[in-house]
Amino acid sequence: MNTLKEITHRLKAFLIEIGDLSYFTARFFRETFKRPFEFKELLNQCYHMGNKSLLLAVVTGFIIGLILTLQTRPTLMEFGAVSWMPSMVSISIVREIGPILTALVCAGRIGSGIGAEIGSMRVTEQIDAMEVSGTNPFKYLVVTRVLAVTLMLPLLVIIGDAVALFGSFLVENVKGNVSFVLYFNQVFDSLKFGDIMPATIKSFFFGLAIGIVGCYKGYYCKKGTAGVGKAGNSAVVLTSLLLFIIDFIAVFVTDIFYDL
Amino acid sequence: MIQNKNISTPDIVLEIKDLNKSFGDNHVLNGFNMKLHQGENLVIMGKSGSGKSVMIKCLVGLMEADSGLISVMHRDITKLTQEALDILRADIGFLFQGSALYDSMTVRENLEFPLRRHTKKFDDDMDTEKLVIEALENVGLTNAIDLMPSELSGGMKRRVALARTLILKPKIILYDEQTSCLDPITSKEIIVLMQDIQKQYGTSSLIITHDVDCARVISDRMILLIDGIDYATGTFAELSTHKDPKIKAFFKH
Repeated sequence: MNTLKEITHRLKAFLIEIGDLSYFTARFFRETFKRPFEFKELLNQCYHMGNKSLLLAVVTGFIIGLILTLQTRPTLMEFGAVSWMPSMVSISIVREIGPILTALVCAGRIGSGIGAEIGSMRVTEQIDAMEVSGTNPFKYLVVTRVLAVTLMLPLLVIIGDAVALFGSFLVENVKGNVSFVLYFNQVFDSLKFGDIMPATIKSFFFGLAIGIVGCYKGYYCKKGTAGVGKAGNSAVVLTSLLLFIIDFIAVFVTDIFYDL
Repeated sequence: MIQNKNISTPDIVLEIKDLNKSFGDNHVLNGFNMKLHQGENLVIMGKSGSGKSVMIKCLVGLMEADSGLISVMHRDITKLTQEALDILRADIGFLFQGSALYDSMTVRENLEFPLRRHTKKFDDDMDTEKLVIEALENVGLTNAIDLMPSELSGGMKRRVALARTLILKPKIILYDEQTSCLDPITSKEIIVLMQDIQKQYGTSSLIITHDVDCARVISDRMILLIDGIDYATGTFAELSTHKDPKIKAFFKH
């Protein structure tokens, strides 16, 4: 009986959270197109989220490109298909590995950062102070951050992909003596519009999910400083789950339109 | 409810009638009433958790009351649009218990922040720098202009928060527990500063506190908030010598 009660309670809490998150997202879209626009803060957030996550995206991309090539090479050699390496690596990185890994890394860095920052502002009454000073805190804090991460993530993904391909080229150059021009000629020959466009669109949605969940968790943060830590933590957990769900939907939709 | 004589100031700048606010089964305010007159220092005292902060947050629209009338400068804030409320808020300064300085901004940026939305309140040739310096001079902290809030002491944070409120030249200032968590000397400095500001700007002040010394020094009139109602009203001298045990409990040292 108690277990049933517990399950009902958790299910109810889960559904309430989904409802609140949907309302929060709807409010974000409503407030985004309302005046006044906070351009200065948006640029500031773009700088913070884009520039400061760049190194992380670059390092992750480089290592992934390196590892993917090193791990795949022996298998391809067995089948005498090493010449397919640039095609295989570029398609897997551009279509899937690049966007999802960059998004996961950014969920850890940006999502938890937003959750903790806004959460801390909530518990120290800074958001209330903003409101009584006549500034709409939702527009100033939430809209700018969500837009910034939505705009910056696709750029980080493109840079991460490029660096990953460069990492892959380095391995091919050292192990197979493949030239830069030959490697990248094969990369661009194998990549189609249907590989690049859906991945870029998907990255916008990844960014939106990271921003919305981070801001939502922070904005409704409760229970003092312990709540701030929880906001950052749960932002990462929920965002990671959402990223895989969005990825699944994106692949499904892409399959319908581009016949993967 | 015990009523003592009121200060006979004619202009009421802030009025609450029959305010009710509950959180689930917890009835925090059960028909609270108060009036704040022009130029008056009204102290509201109550135990922790008695609903003082809830009441003050309802006053500025940070919380929605369940029922009751809240009139600020003769305008019912519960019926105002968000835009009208934001304009009205420029005339109400709110000092939070924990200062609530924006910790990612310098002192200068903290002071400039409220000016962004209230430029209409000043002339077209509004000099932001001059206003910031003037507000900081009034609290004696001009040398802290480029510091971050994390570099300030508790007392300095309260002063900067006061300067941030003063920059909009409000007609009413709401102080929420301004002397809590401060040493006695700094508390005294903050109280003196509050008095100076009141004289200089001619503001009306609503001061939430449970610091009896603060109430004695600063109050023109006091309201004791007990059981969610305005249990007793009067001057400090009247209330501190009252026979009612609930009232006496506040003034025991």
